[in-house]
Amino acid sequence: MLESLLAQADMNGSVNVAMNIAFGIIATVMIFAAFSVVTTKNVVHAALYLVVVLAGVAAQYILAGAEFVAVSQVMVYIGAVMVLFLFGIMLTRAQIGKEEGLNNKGWQLGIPVALLLFGLMAYVIVDTYEDTVIGERTPFLTEGISDHVLSPFLVPFLAISFVLLAAAIGAIVLARKD
Amino acid sequence: MLAVNFLLLAAVLFCIGVFGVIARRNAVMVLMSIELILNAVSLNLVAFALMNNNQEGQVFALYIIAIAAAEVGVGLAMVLMIYRNRKSIALDELSEMKG
Repeated sequence: MLESLLAQADMNGSVNVAMNIAFGIIATVMIFAAFSVVTTKNVVHAALYLVVVLAGVAAQYILAGAEFVAVSQVMVYIGAVMVLFLFGIMLTRAQIGKEEGLNNKGWQLGIPVALLLFGLMAYVIVDTYEDTVIGERTPFLTEGISDHVLSPFLVPFLAISFVLLAAAIGAIVLARKD
Repeated sequence: MLAVNFLLLAAVLFCIGVFGVIARRNAVMVLMSIELILNAVSLNLVAFALMNNNQEGQVFALYIIAIAAAEVGVGLAMVLMIYRNRKSIALDELSEMKG
């Protein structure tokens, strides 16, 4: 990985150092927060760590040149989904603070599974994209997203609006007291 | 900027989410881990859009965001219903459908 970075520096004359540093900082914070989500003993803390992860993903979207997706991520996830999660926690939980028994009895089984999966994926990714360098690109326009959504992906778009409608009605039907 | 950066970060998030789904007993925590997994996938799609200079990946990421919102709405409604009926949302106590 380092060699290809240096090769890129030789080729283009410059590596975008600021972008790499920003990526590294955000990625570290995100991984720490994601790890805390699955290990903390406090459900409310897990939800707040999840906010950090989602905001980090939005920042990575901006680094990847996807501003519209980043703004949608902030609005939908941090704005709406987190409120849903906090309401879900408040409505289903009596005790505040640390809680025992958040993990399954056989929760250690998850560690080898996750490590094996990560090893496999990391091997495949590094093997495939080892030297692929993302160069300087002309920035994407949000207009392009609307062009894609409203002409080639119009049918999935309509299907998704129907799914959202069905999910809203289904959630009301499920959660209503009768 | 190497393509491997984004993809490895997404792989780490995905595996942490899978660990959470396996290890957690509380249904709300499992839903949170599923959110981690979905975010990892859409981060991958945005990275592929950047690599191939093709905006379709961003469109798919937007669709994933919409699906995730629907999934959380229905999932939390189901969790609320289970809590109302059983006063507990521990997943290993749900054994009605065991054969």
